[in-house]
Amino acid sequence: MKELLRELRERSLAAISGADSAEVLEGLRVQFLGKKGELTAVLKQMGKLSPEERPAMGQLANEVRAALERTIDEKRAALADAALRLRLESEAVDVTIPGEAHRMGHRHPMYVVLDEIKDIFIGMGFEVVEDREVELAEYNFDKLNEQPNHPAREWTDTFYFTEDSSILLRTQTSPMQIHVMERQKPPIRMVAPGRVYRKDEVDATHSPMFHQVEGMVIDKNVTMADLKGTLDQVAKRLYGADTVTRFRPHHFPFTEPSCEMDIQCYKCKGKGCPTCKGEGWIELLGAGMIHPKVLRMSGIDPDVYSGWAFGFGLERMAMARFKISDLRLIFENDVRFLEQF
Amino acid sequence: MLLSRNWLNEFVDVRDVPDHEFCEAMTISGSKVETWADPAAEISKVVVGRIMEMVRHENSDHMWVCQVDVGQAQPVQIVTGAQNQKVGDLVPVALAGATLPGGHRIEDGVLRGVPSHGMCCSYQELGMTDHDWPYSVVNGLFILNSDPELMAADPQPGDDIPTLLRLRDTVVEFEITPNRPDCLSVIGLAREAAATFDKPLMLHTPEVKTCGGDINDYAKITIDDATLCPRYTARLVKNVKIGPSPLWMRERIRASGMRPINNVVDITNYVMLEYGQPMHAFDFSCVDGGHIVVRTARAGESIQTLDGKDHALTENMLCICDEQKPVCVAGVMGGANSEIVGDTAMVLFESANFNGTSVRRTATALGMRTDASGRFEKGLDPQNTVKAVDRACELIALLGCGEVVDGVIDVLPAPLTETTLKLEPEKVNGLLGTDLPENEMRAILEKLGFAIEDGVIRVPSWRGDVEHYSDVAEEVARFHGYNNIPSTLMRGDTTCGGYSEEQLVENRVGEACRALGYDEIITYSFISPSYYDKIGWAKDDPRRDSLKILNPLGEDTSIMRTTILPSMLEIMARNYALRNASVRLYELGRIYNKRPDGLADEPKILSLGAYGGMDFYRLKGAVEAVLRALRIENVRYEAERENPSYHPGRCAKVWAGETLLGVLGQIHPLIAKNYGVEPEMYCAELSFDALLAARGATPVYKPLPRYPAVTRDLSLVCAEAVTVGELEAAIRDCGGQYLEAVEFVEVYRGAPILPGKKSVTFSLRLRAEDQTLTVDHADEAMAGILRGLEERHGAVIR
Repeated sequence: MKELLRELRERSLAAISGADSAEVLEGLRVQFLGKKGELTAVLKQMGKLSPEERPAMGQLANEVRAALERTIDEKRAALADAALRLRLESEAVDVTIPGEAHRMGHRHPMYVVLDEIKDIFIGMGFEVVEDREVELAEYNFDKLNEQPNHPAREWTDTFYFTEDSSILLRTQTSPMQIHVMERQKPPIRMVAPGRVYRKDEVDATHSPMFHQVEGMVIDKNVTMADLKGTLDQVAKRLYGADTVTRFRPHHFPFTEPSCEMDIQCYKCKGKGCPTCKGEGWIELLGAGMIHPKVLRMSGIDPDVYSGWAFGFGLERMAMARFKISDLRLIFENDVRFLEQF
Repeated sequence: MLLSRNWLNEFVDVRDVPDHEFCEAMTISGSKVETWADPAAEISKVVVGRIMEMVRHENSDHMWVCQVDVGQAQPVQIVTGAQNQKVGDLVPVALAGATLPGGHRIEDGVLRGVPSHGMCCSYQELGMTDHDWPYSVVNGLFILNSDPELMAADPQPGDDIPTLLRLRDTVVEFEITPNRPDCLSVIGLAREAAATFDKPLMLHTPEVKTCGGDINDYAKITIDDATLCPRYTARLVKNVKIGPSPLWMRERIRASGMRPINNVVDITNYVMLEYGQPMHAFDFSCVDGGHIVVRTARAGESIQTLDGKDHALTENMLCICDEQKPVCVAGVMGGANSEIVGDTAMVLFESANFNGTSVRRTATALGMRTDASGRFEKGLDPQNTVKAVDRACELIALLGCGEVVDGVIDVLPAPLTETTLKLEPEKVNGLLGTDLPENEMRAILEKLGFAIEDGVIRVPSWRGDVEHYSDVAEEVARFHGYNNIPSTLMRGDTTCGGYSEEQLVENRVGEACRALGYDEIITYSFISPSYYDKIGWAKDDPRRDSLKILNPLGEDTSIMRTTILPSMLEIMARNYALRNASVRLYELGRIYNKRPDGLADEPKILSLGAYGGMDFYRLKGAVEAVLRALRIENVRYEAERENPSYHPGRCAKVWAGETLLGVLGQIHPLIAKNYGVEPEMYCAELSFDALLAARGATPVYKPLPRYPAVTRDLSLVCAEAVTVGELEAAIRDCGGQYLEAVEFVEVYRGAPILPGKKSVTFSLRLRAEDQTLTVDHADEAMAGILRGLEERHGAVIR
């Protein structure tokens, strides 16, 4: 019987290792380990053995069963693995064939830049404000300390709706400063983008309608140092942490002191190149401390509060950001242009 | 403003400051430099040459072969076609390798077989004109020895030509802000430079040598309009000898971007450049009655100005007149009738102060912005007129070109006032965020000409822009250095900031449109009134009542749009013309509805536009998706046959409950034709305010179903007139508690369905919340639905 078991073991292991499919393997399992299988048949002869022989033989038979079961499991796993490999191979695709088309729409490039700017200011606690475009001259000029004879008021420069020049298309986003001051009490932190209009013929750098972004902070003890610190941060967020800024005196009727902020040319690092027209610096925005007269005219006591404001042209910033050479592209809305952003 | 650094050095010695540093420092202290250049930068290797010998060219009947001493061991041979030179003459010689204005380069060459090692130059070849060199002939070589002033420098062969011609300089171009007209002058900029570099300002008080007599015996001046002319100062010069002005004066005028004319005219320009006070010189013999009257023009008057152009004058234009006629447009340009000419013997110098706005309007109306008007329009210092006219007369004596009559006529109708301010150091520091001591502030202000006594600042007359402590703060900040003010982050109460609810919804709408493949566009807010015709609006459509721009750039941009549709159609048409085969566009833009108070309501409209591979249901799908993104419920679509811009059979109004959201559909083929677009165009116009009002609330989680659903397809046959919407509504009404979803599958027409009928298929999903739905329950629900459909619409199961 010992001999039988050994023979069965040898024969069955050889057969299992030769199996080339899961079906054949299952057949072998039934043939050797099934209820009517060969091992069972051998074990049925156990009764013929003497009680002394039985334990040893039983142990041997169990060893044979265990070996067979283990070998079958291993073989099954190997076969499954081979089959899977074969299937995956057959399912391989040409990954260079283009994917199924899903066309997303595009944000207009100017608003891409505007979104960035709004996010930066919102992060610093600013609100986003909008207001009317058909505006009173009072808000567009008078309350911004623009003199009654200021050239910007001429009919050659500003679009008017009334003969008495009292209603116009706003020429700047600054009237929104006045609306906010009249509506809200300090502390105020707001950024106000919008359309503005000036009587300029369309060309590569001019358009009768364009966009500005205005910003304003009013609180107790607000200083020019705050203006500098905040706008320097904005420049670094927009153009990178190593951006260098400088502030130059300038003139606006509604701020005093007034300044312009330049950033050091990102291309030549200040040496002078065509991008910065040899100056080493690129003008970014105008700003200043809100003129105490402006605060007073809008009902804010300049002896208690102070503030600063800034403004810049969005088109110019978007054009610089994306190297757009002609302003007309912005308003032509050619999809081949829009798709690039 | 162009500034010659040579000239500047006369008032403040900044010779030791390199150009780059000078420009940078001036920019930082508030006088922005646009650019700077050496006027002779393009000229190199051009020297004085003496013609030693000249012989005819053997192969030419007009060329000369010259041996020229250029200060080297041997003379060089140069071939020239010029005829005005003779042996012994000094001429400019461009040596081999020389560069000339316009990028020209001179090399050794061979002219008709004869070698030539350079070029003898005319002054044109050196980039100049007969205005610059009045003593030289126009055609031919620049004979240096014909100019006595050049000879005074005793030029020798080999000397550098730009140096001899006094071209070595740096000319700096400043962008002067309109509040600082005082800086449109050498003295004004010198004052800024002196403060910037902390150097002494060396001002000069003009001394006038007179020849006796009394101006009042010759001239009389009357100001009729003191508002437009607050001051008029004049001096008289007799025995005038008109001729060229000296080289040093011509060079400074040229470096400042003006053209030398003659000594008297050059003096007026020189003084304007130096003092910032425009001047005018009249030929006094042409002033009728010797009487200058400053008045506005009379109806019908006209003048020929110095540039030879005739101008009709209007009654608001200020003129300088004699007793009969205008002789000058005040502050703009003189008249040809009193021009300084070769035989002018008596000159009246005008140094006046005019109202800036009046000068600007006159100059603009006449289309002639001049150096003078550009200064006057910014508002000049009325205290400058006497100094300037004295300086002009001092120069007359210096140039020896006339005798100054004793006396000044100075008409000043109203006394001038001085601005005074309190020096408030704590307010200045408070505004700047600095901690500067008072004495530093005083030092800065005093350098700029402010006087301070007992804490009171007396503002100098040329600083009309300083009237408030914030202006004082700016002066202090400029010279303390904007970049030396600390940078701090904002203090104070924390503010929340962020987007408003409305702005968040706007962002959501934009995101939805882009997710659907629509590109964002930006269109002009103004349109042409003819666009209303183009989109088919009736002549009496009340929406045509638009805000009208009274001074538009053109018809196309003359009214504020009351509809966003034509803007979208224009952009689609442009893209079609550019051969873009298909577009999907959206804009969230304003329209402008007239209000009784003259202003506008400016609601935002969401417009969608598409052509190429489009049909009604694709557009409608996009609209539905946008509405879903805003969780708008109770949406229904109603056929709209009356909108003239849209196809009457393919247009719908969209409602959310009782709120009209807008309209969508195919653009009417005739309208599409107006825009020249062949494929079907589809548009939607949705009111943003309505979308905002109809938006759904934040969702509340509903537990996921625990029991399986039953799906039943339902194919119905009904009359053509019955809409899918009606069928769907009936199904929902009669579906009972288990009906969970109704999905439209298709409409089928044709055999075996009888003509006039159609088959509509829906897929229905039924589910019970608390148990697995039994077949009996499902059947019961379906039976109810079928009953309802038959009763309401005569629809039966297919």
